[in-house]
Amino acid sequence: MQNVSERLRTLAYETVRLLTLIYSVMSGWRIVAQGKNIVFAISAAFLLSIAAGAQIQNQPDDGQWVMAAKNYASTRFSTLTQINSQNVGNLKLAWTFSTGLTRGHEAAPLVVNNTMHVVTPYPNYLYALDLTKPGAPMKWMYQPHPEPASQGVACCDVVNRGAAYYNGKIYYNTLDVHTVAVDADTGKEVWNTKLGDINLGESITMAPIVVKGKVLVGNSGGEFGVRGWLTALDADTGKMAWRAYSTGPDSDVLIGPNFKPFYQSERGKDLGVKTWTGDQWKIGGGTGWTWISYDPDLDLIYYGTSNPGPWNPEQRPGDNKWTSALFARTPETGEAIWAYQMNPHDLHDYDGVNENILLDLNINGQQRKVLAHPDRNGRLYIIDRSNGQVLSAEAFVYVNTSYRVDLQTGKLILNPDKATGFKTIRDACPAPPGGKDWQPSAFSPKTGFIYIPHNNLCYETQGLQANYIAGTPYVGMNVRMYAGPGSNRGVYSAWDPVKAKEVWSIKENFPVWSGTVVTAGDVAFYGTMDGWFKAVNARDGKPLWQFKTGSGIIGQPVIYKGPDGKECVAVMSGVGGWSGAIVAGGLNPVDGTGALGFVNAMADLGKYTTKGGMLYVFSLP
Amino acid sequence: MKFGIVKIAICCFVFILGGCQREHRDIQPSPTRLAIYGDAARESPLRPGGPVQPQAVVANPYNGSAYDISEGQRLFNWYNCSGCHANGGGGIGPPLIKKEWIYGGEPANLFDTIVKGRPNGMPSWGGRIPEYQIWQIVAFIRSLNGEQPKSATASRQDTLQPNPQNLMSERGGGGATK
Repeated sequence: MQNVSERLRTLAYETVRLLTLIYSVMSGWRIVAQGKNIVFAISAAFLLSIAAGAQIQNQPDDGQWVMAAKNYASTRFSTLTQINSQNVGNLKLAWTFSTGLTRGHEAAPLVVNNTMHVVTPYPNYLYALDLTKPGAPMKWMYQPHPEPASQGVACCDVVNRGAAYYNGKIYYNTLDVHTVAVDADTGKEVWNTKLGDINLGESITMAPIVVKGKVLVGNSGGEFGVRGWLTALDADTGKMAWRAYSTGPDSDVLIGPNFKPFYQSERGKDLGVKTWTGDQWKIGGGTGWTWISYDPDLDLIYYGTSNPGPWNPEQRPGDNKWTSALFARTPETGEAIWAYQMNPHDLHDYDGVNENILLDLNINGQQRKVLAHPDRNGRLYIIDRSNGQVLSAEAFVYVNTSYRVDLQTGKLILNPDKATGFKTIRDACPAPPGGKDWQPSAFSPKTGFIYIPHNNLCYETQGLQANYIAGTPYVGMNVRMYAGPGSNRGVYSAWDPVKAKEVWSIKENFPVWSGTVVTAGDVAFYGTMDGWFKAVNARDGKPLWQFKTGSGIIGQPVIYKGPDGKECVAVMSGVGGWSGAIVAGGLNPVDGTGALGFVNAMADLGKYTTKGGMLYVFSLP
Repeated sequence: MKFGIVKIAICCFVFILGGCQREHRDIQPSPTRLAIYGDAARESPLRPGGPVQPQAVVANPYNGSAYDISEGQRLFNWYNCSGCHANGGGGIGPPLIKKEWIYGGEPANLFDTIVKGRPNGMPSWGGRIPEYQIWQIVAFIRSLNGEQPKSATASRQDTLQPNPQNLMSERGGGGATK
């Protein structure tokens, strides 16, 4: 039986490869009814890269959207051009869909086989909408019934960042630390695996990706003293293939003989234990709560780990490895190949989890395989993704907590005046949500720019003794955030990763907490927390179009080609998340330390938006 | 004869046992028990057919005690209540500086909520926090809403944030200044 299915899979794989070869040779030829298998995308990328010596950022695009980041390189770039900088001004609302929920809607909708799949915040409904019919009526709805108590261990609103499609199934995570596989046609649950324990403060909010038949999932709970991990599950059965912890002995972190980090500071035995005091690594955070990228050529996955716990750094002497770090691992075994810690002994809740966009760039006259990582610490790292060498790390927002990154040692040179602890520190920038938080950037191979939705926040803080009680917050800092220089709290900017310089930027009143998408039509889309969905020219940032949605936007816009051949833009509206907790959670603005200090910066948000989850889809008339 | 003695002994024992129960007097039910099982922790004012009797009120034994309110504030941090409710403004959990309570804002309700937990994320602390400390925390929470005498309430909190009572005036929130 195994043999038959194996052979069938090989046959399917070979067929797809052949089709792809034809596709790559005969440009313009359109494959119908593709996308049943994500292997197509992998093999297409593989073959195209051989055929044309193409760069990883030039991913094939079938007009679908099968994972939150669009592709393994995480470019969030659509090759569609029907909507372009000339005509985007005519964009009209096509249809809407209410999720029936009022917490923060951060997910990217998926589009597969003429069906849109929408994951909601807790209670993590999954809706399937039929794109072939007018108004996209519901095909089915799946309810995983997560444990309601899990809402008490979600640090930053009960959000979910989306699903992944692979081989006929939709994969996503529920807040109570489960991963589920749902039949994409019928909405029936195929498997449901429990990965952790809310009584230890664990939860999951991230969008998984599927690599080589494995569903990759990381836990959340860096504010609850959890032990961070990334786990691979068999996509067919849901059985755990491996788990790589971020702290602890090398055997738990899956560090073996092939681990070859670039910098001296990352070498040594059991650093996940030795860079901590006592047993603190067991409750030290380092969760993998956001994005994973994959390079099929190097056969490596890339992801970052969260802040260490507790926030109060005086309670955890040492470098606290491998928190606030990047890992490159082999997808089959989870074995670590290299690691780089952006923020050793983190002082400001600078998680290392932000997206890694895989690019092949010409840097200093040399073609390099890099990853672009805009870190919470306000610096945009360009790192050689084959070995973990930092090529540049320039600030993309106002930064005064660090001076620079020493490219010889990889060390972040800190400003001692902004070192937090029990004492009071004021005007440290960026604030804990960082230069940017989870909100993912996009890259256009046409312009060569990275499009970054981000924050402009500074803060004041005072540490207090954090007391570890499993399943409750483990933070130990009182925080009050406020707008950074210029008094605008958010920015949307275009960044040139080769020159390591900003190209243009747009000031926004609130943090730009939405994702973004950019197209071959030279249009970039993003949303604002006061509810505007905006299109700007990808070349110069000139505003081209905007639409006021019902609630603040913190979702990830996606672009797809509908069954009628029309290019569509879809985005979820529904304010919330850490930044929008004041509205979604009905918090009281008199206490600026609310929502870990974000309330102080967002006291006026309620005057601009109300809560309510709604999907909006736009197209040209 | 032998059996007779045993029977008498057993009868005596049972009688004595019964006597234990009979002589037990619950002169004043403890506030705790009333809060959990009793009339005082009702969460709905809607009473079909109208109230049968006036609702019992359980007074917090630490009402008006500056020391206990101060202890309540310390414990509020120590048990990580502040991790979710911040310094009263809320975060993961709802704010505690407010007028509308999901599960009632009377001392008995607050005690009940802490002991039993609530289904949407509030942990159940019964058995983890001693009862007297729960009452101290309740006293502190009530102080956040000005429901303790001013003379017993700290003029400022132990945190970066001044006492919310002061902020509840015209000043409004911290806002996006600077």
